[in-house]
Amino acid sequence: MATETTLIEHDEMHDEHHEYQQGWDGGEEKPFKASYGKLMMWYFLLSDAFTFAGFLIAYGALRFSMPTWPVPDFVFSTAPFGLHKLFPGESAPLIFVTFMSFLLIVSSVTMVRAVQEGHRENKNGVVFWMVLTVIGGAGFLSCQAWEWANLITHEHMGIRTDPFGTHTEEGTYYMANGQPSSAAEDTFEEGDSYLIHTAGHSEQTDNMTAEQTFLYEADAMITQRGIDVDNIPEGGIDFPGFRLDEKGFIQRKFVASSGEAGVQEFGPKAFGALFFFITGFHGFHVFSGVLFLIIITVNVASGLYVQRKNGYEMVEKIGLYWHFVDLVWVFVFLVFYLL
Amino acid sequence: MSHLSYEDAKKHVFRGFWILLVVTLVEVVISLFGKGHIIESVANLRWLVALAALLIVGLSIYKAKFIIYEFMHLGSEVKGLRTSVLLPAALLIWAIIAFFQEGNAWKDRREQIKDKNEMQVDEAGQQGMLLEKEIYDWKG
Repeated sequence: MATETTLIEHDEMHDEHHEYQQGWDGGEEKPFKASYGKLMMWYFLLSDAFTFAGFLIAYGALRFSMPTWPVPDFVFSTAPFGLHKLFPGESAPLIFVTFMSFLLIVSSVTMVRAVQEGHRENKNGVVFWMVLTVIGGAGFLSCQAWEWANLITHEHMGIRTDPFGTHTEEGTYYMANGQPSSAAEDTFEEGDSYLIHTAGHSEQTDNMTAEQTFLYEADAMITQRGIDVDNIPEGGIDFPGFRLDEKGFIQRKFVASSGEAGVQEFGPKAFGALFFFITGFHGFHVFSGVLFLIIITVNVASGLYVQRKNGYEMVEKIGLYWHFVDLVWVFVFLVFYLL
Repeated sequence: MSHLSYEDAKKHVFRGFWILLVVTLVEVVISLFGKGHIIESVANLRWLVALAALLIVGLSIYKAKFIIYEFMHLGSEVKGLRTSVLLPAALLIWAIIAFFQEGNAWKDRREQIKDKNEMQVDEAGQQGMLLEKEIYDWKG
């Protein structure tokens, strides 16, 4: 014990002496045999894990507290370029987000390869694998941008509006004119999900589904009455087969099997806020990760880390951060999409 | 990892890629199966949905462990570092139990309030509950 104390004292003096040349790296003493930078990266990631866990647990608690919750395989069933139309029923549940996960896994693997090449002091190898990692990260961000844009502009989900609802009992929809619909698609069961559409977005096409026909007729009725969709009086307007709410959403009316009349209700408000906040916070991590990856790639290419002769430790540190981003996605993917 | 030769380490990494990819695909298939997208008739079986959820959670934890131990090399760090990172994270287990319980309680309470709000006053019953004299005497 006594010798150890003297050793530490000696080291502290040593540090003071060399502070200007070495920078703040914690000196020669290595707690846990890891460098100062790596150690602090681990503890930063631990604290970040608590932040994410706090958000995801809040999501869980709120989801548990609601009688219904939007069904993810219904909400996330579209893909860019109309690719979801190639799937049965024109819906591709979870397919696009699975592709997003795939991109993050690939970029995580290329990151491990970059770290390995760094240990071999192979500069070109590090640059090659890091560029691939940047491409993977940027690809993920582009996919997320599309996903958000689609949710906001086409499905009209917002942080205070959740147009994804769930039926609590079985029943049949009315048509726009108030007559009960006879189309098979217009009957629903308990637990079925629906998306409340906005007025003024329907087009007449061949082979319209029952819902598209309804929307087209509803839009025609709204125009016929000379209603300005952007300026609807408070409380909304009542139609025979639907309710036009003040924000322009068309809430279909239906009759439940119990004989009671009902109208499509909005889903829990918390859903939109939680979705945009948590995936946004993760996306921001990916975004800053990509920026740091680019900076470090440029530094590697310029030969900055060759002089340090520490096996490209900087690449290892950004690697830890990048794997963490992938790790968080495992859980975001779990709670938002899979469960 | 350092005990492996370069070629072996490379193989190790690509094996990791396939593991993560296959586990993710299996998760998606289980999730879609549990929701009745693959065989429609199973959608209403509650125990199956719960079993699917449990399997998916298990697989996700496996993926997380794999990333932390293999890709982030926590497995090859010294025990002290490993403990100082993983032990605090174990606090989350209680956070999950407590907050999910709390969320459930919010739902129960909300339903209880809704029930009470919709409750009809039973005139005859109320007359029997309180004696008229008590109503007059009670000054709060």
